[in-house]
Amino acid sequence: MDLIVFAILFVVGYFAGRWTERRHYASIREREEQLAGVLVFTNRFPPASTTRVETGLVSGSVVISEDFFKGVVAGLYSLVGGRIRSYESLLDRARREAVLRMKSEAQKLGSGMVINVKFQTFAIGGRNPGTIKGVEMLAYGTALSPARR
Amino acid sequence: MLLSSLEVVPGRRVTKHLGLVQGSTVRAKHVGKDLFASLKNIIGGELKAYTELLQESRVEAVERMVKQAEAAGANAVLNIRFATSSITQGAAEILAYGTAVTLE
Repeated sequence: MDLIVFAILFVVGYFAGRWTERRHYASIREREEQLAGVLVFTNRFPPASTTRVETGLVSGSVVISEDFFKGVVAGLYSLVGGRIRSYESLLDRARREAVLRMKSEAQKLGSGMVINVKFQTFAIGGRNPGTIKGVEMLAYGTALSPARR
Repeated sequence: MLLSSLEVVPGRRVTKHLGLVQGSTVRAKHVGKDLFASLKNIIGGELKAYTELLQESRVEAVERMVKQAEAAGANAVLNIRFATSSITQGAAEILAYGTAVTLE
């Protein structure tokens, strides 16, 4: 009986997870194109040509849940070691989503550039069994916008 | 209050350095939210309730940091950083810290 439930969750997780991921990637690509005008740098200092600018702290964050299939695959890989592709795509989605949210916040401030960008990853649920498993990705930086005065 | 993750603000000079300021909050999640989240754990996708929870906590941590900076007489907090750690199952601490300064 347990095995049947497991098999159902595994199959549902695989198809539903794949569908969610594909839809998310499509939306990410679309918004990345829309927000291509906002430049993102990890530089600590503004470009030398910068004259008078306003600065503002901007951030974007997202919590993405793994699906049942990803969890099982990752569990198996953690026994034998190696690359866990199912988690790589999860983190990639989370990071790109966080950057997009940060960019759109910068755009609202009328900024075309975010500098000194830092990332932070936080695993929700950790390694405890039976808890919600997900990953929080935070991206933050300083938006530079033309001085209003 | 000017908040920035930069060490220097372009075009403005730091006149006074007032030291480290920080703000933190520990939040736990709501059990009801977990029911929906466990369904999401099967099919995948964004856990919006969690995103909002952590975002709200971060706003509060920043508010507390700003209060400290105001008490110190600062008009800006520079070099702001964030940190998150899990305390026990289902609870997380969100920390924001930076350097309080006065800008001319």
